Amino acid sequence: MTDKTYDVVVIGGGPGGYVAAIRASQLGLKAAVIERDKLGGVCLNWGCIPTKALLRSAEVYHLMQNASDFGLKAEGISFDIDAVVKRSRKVSERLSGGIGFLMKKNKIDVIAGEASLSDPTTISVKSTKETLTVKAKNIILATGARARTLPDLEPDGDVVWTAKEAMVPKKMPKSILVIGSGAIGIEFASFYNTLGVDVTVVEMVDRILPAEDAEIAALAAKSFKAQGMKFLTGAKIEKVEKGAKNAKVTVTTSDGKTQTQTVDVVICAVGIVGNVENIGLEKLGIKVDRTHVSVDKWCTTNVKNIYAIGDLVGPPWLAHKASHEGAMVAERIAGQPDIHPLDTSKIPGCTYCHPQVASVGLSEEKAKEAGYKIKVGRFPFTGNGKAIALGDTTGLVKTVFDEKTGELLGAHMVGAEVTELIQGYTVARMMEATEADLMGTVFPHPTLSEMMHESVLDAFDRALHI
Amino acid sequence: MPISILMPALSPTMEEGTLAKWHVKEGDAVASGDVIAEIETDKATMEVEAIDEGTVGKLLVAEGTEAVLVNTAIAIILEEGEDASALDGFDVNADAESAPASPETTPSKAEPASSTEASPDTEKSSAPEPARATGELVFSSPLARRIASQEGVDIAALKGTGPRGRVVKKDVEAALASGQSKAPAALQAIPTGQQPAVDPRVYFEEGSYDEVPLDKMRMTIARRLTQSKQEIPHYYISVDCELDALLQARKDLNAQGDEGIKLSVNDFVVRAAALALKKVPDVNVSYAGNAVLKHHNADIGIAVAIDGGLITPIISKADEKGLAAISTAAKDLALRARERKLKPSEFEGGGFSISNLGMFGVKNFTAVINPPQSAILAVGAGEMRPVIKDGEVTAATVMTVTLSCDHRVIDGALGAQFLQVFKRHIELPTSMLM
Repeated sequence: MTDKTYDVVVIGGGPGGYVAAIRASQLGLKAAVIERDKLGGVCLNWGCIPTKALLRSAEVYHLMQNASDFGLKAEGISFDIDAVVKRSRKVSERLSGGIGFLMKKNKIDVIAGEASLSDPTTISVKSTKETLTVKAKNIILATGARARTLPDLEPDGDVVWTAKEAMVPKKMPKSILVIGSGAIGIEFASFYNTLGVDVTVVEMVDRILPAEDAEIAALAAKSFKAQGMKFLTGAKIEKVEKGAKNAKVTVTTSDGKTQTQTVDVVICAVGIVGNVENIGLEKLGIKVDRTHVSVDKWCTTNVKNIYAIGDLVGPPWLAHKASHEGAMVAERIAGQPDIHPLDTSKIPGCTYCHPQVASVGLSEEKAKEAGYKIKVGRFPFTGNGKAIALGDTTGLVKTVFDEKTGELLGAHMVGAEVTELIQGYTVARMMEATEADLMGTVFPHPTLSEMMHESVLDAFDRALHI
Repeated sequence: MPISILMPALSPTMEEGTLAKWHVKEGDAVASGDVIAEIETDKATMEVEAIDEGTVGKLLVAEGTEAVLVNTAIAIILEEGEDASALDGFDVNADAESAPASPETTPSKAEPASSTEASPDTEKSSAPEPARATGELVFSSPLARRIASQEGVDIAALKGTGPRGRVVKKDVEAALASGQSKAPAALQAIPTGQQPAVDPRVYFEEGSYDEVPLDKMRMTIARRLTQSKQEIPHYYISVDCELDALLQARKDLNAQGDEGIKLSVNDFVVRAAALALKKVPDVNVSYAGNAVLKHHNADIGIAVAIDGGLITPIISKADEKGLAAISTAAKDLALRARERKLKPSEFEGGGFSISNLGMFGVKNFTAVINPPQSAILAVGAGEMRPVIKDGEVTAATVMTVTLSCDHRVIDGALGAQFLQVFKRHIELPTSMLM
């Protein structure tokens, strides 16, 4: 194969990388994506998408178990974990194939292999068959991240899992201890708990979902506990003794006592580390800070024509953040006008547990810390017609406003389908709406979204249905 | 039909500009909102956006061309489905009146040129370069508008950095931080107070003071006088006037006054100033940016302290009024001013003002010019002072007056000349009979 020069070469075909390539191609740039595994990255193959497929199975199972609540009869309810996992893998495969199609449609070359930077415009790609050289005027690093592991707690697929292993269990464990109560930890805790596994979540700080608004996290915790989940917050893992079939975990709890628990599986969900190794960063002197590539607000590294996006760059570790950065960088390379750096305070975050958690902007406590004088609105699911009809009345929609200007500083939700609702508030934040605009917006009846309206009204003591 | 792109007027006063740069070439597709060219004037460089969608058919004016008249066709856009043949026989200026690039800004041809050029809007001439042409639609976020209205920022003066040049919160905050972009007084529907550079609340503990919201009069005073001191190059000249002859004349006149009229010293001061304005008419003027307005009448404002503020009612045509008429008018205006019953025409305009603090025993002070006037006379108390006459120290009643002048239109010698005439009238009151 002869050397080829591209306008843009993206290393990594995840949601950041492939979107960057599509956008570059749309803007008339010749683009290629180098991927060592499957297109779609962690998101599509080992993250967002397959977990949502799993959680959907758990949700349907939960509804079947409660069929009588809806006047329905369902007997002999059970599940086949292999079939559940198979469905999840099929969903991933279908979407990964879809990305292959998108690459073809946009005339983007997909190069299989491990990429490594040789110089600022040259990448060497090693595949099982050959090593080839690719020339690029601009390079976008989008190699993503992987689960952080703890010392002596390397995933083995049997007793110790990360998210990746948790997605494809060989058999159903009876008990699981999840280390870490961020989005990933809580999603797996929720999934396995719904399927009847005895789940304990251990969290170092004093509450679960530490990134979320405290009130929302407390409501979620209350609901999880009611479903049988156990929490050890403010707790520290002292020791994990791995056996062949189980692990003995020693934990110091918040009251300073030490307790030992034997579980079939330990899921390690303690954050991620960037995939910065073996891609030639050292050779080019590209700056790396604690496993993440350092970039400016335009995602430019210290080497002018080399950019880095997504999980490789740093928080929030979200697919939609990576995609947005990918498109932004492609537009910048193409010299498009009217480009804006990503404002992280306008990126929504979603956790697909049951009940779901979703948020955008500042939490109540963060808004206070930032010195705002705030007005807070709340509306509970119990006051919403659609929620009652759905039989899902656990939840709250909370809004935080700047009292002075009426700016929507943040919105925080827990409850059914809130991950689908949050983008309404995200648009409001993006457009810099004030309470007046949200109050003046007509929300359709009967929907869960009406709670978004009521919460805004409540912040100004005008809620109608409570 | 092909669409002509016309040279836009970037400001109401713009007549021509330089086509600095084309961002498109013939054959390029353009969408509404695309920047197609950059226009330069002596004040600013502005981007011209396409209003219609289509293809650039022809660029009529070469890059770098200077003095392109406003409303001249500079390019032709072909609409969808049209090709270059549509240009044949197309009159580029046919729709010059109907489809300018920014229709709101086109100066109306019915107006005389001077009405825009000679606008006495002094704020505009000293304001920073405009962010956009007057009348152009301003896109802004609701939050940006809210903060701008709370802080008294003129959103139209800001350059937007949001999507498609939208003015967003960040832009308003940046303007606030830089202290620029206060709404021009003329554009403010509701007067707002002048914002101090630093909010004084930061210096004082909450509860250690009472916070009294400003009423409209106080806001107007704050705004107008700040504007006056910021815009008008004030200078001051003082002169001492001996009052004994005037006091004697006043005593005589008041003693024989049959209509119950009691003349005050101030009535004499007004009369003297009116006559001085007639003799030195170049002090009775208004600065209009590119012209001086020389007033025909000696309309003199007299500062009146009223509850919660002050107002300057105007004794119109004071030069045509005798002392009795001035006295009657002054008493009537002051009374109605205290009752807040003056009509705007009775306190707006004027060519000159007098502020008298003599009744408080003030020796001398300087006053702030009240635009659109160009001078104000600050009058102190008449007091016994030693004076030297023919080499001998003797006592006389002396009053110090200080004239504040707008140096843009009144030079020092002129101001001094006015005071010289004024002093003569005061010291020789019979001259006021003429």
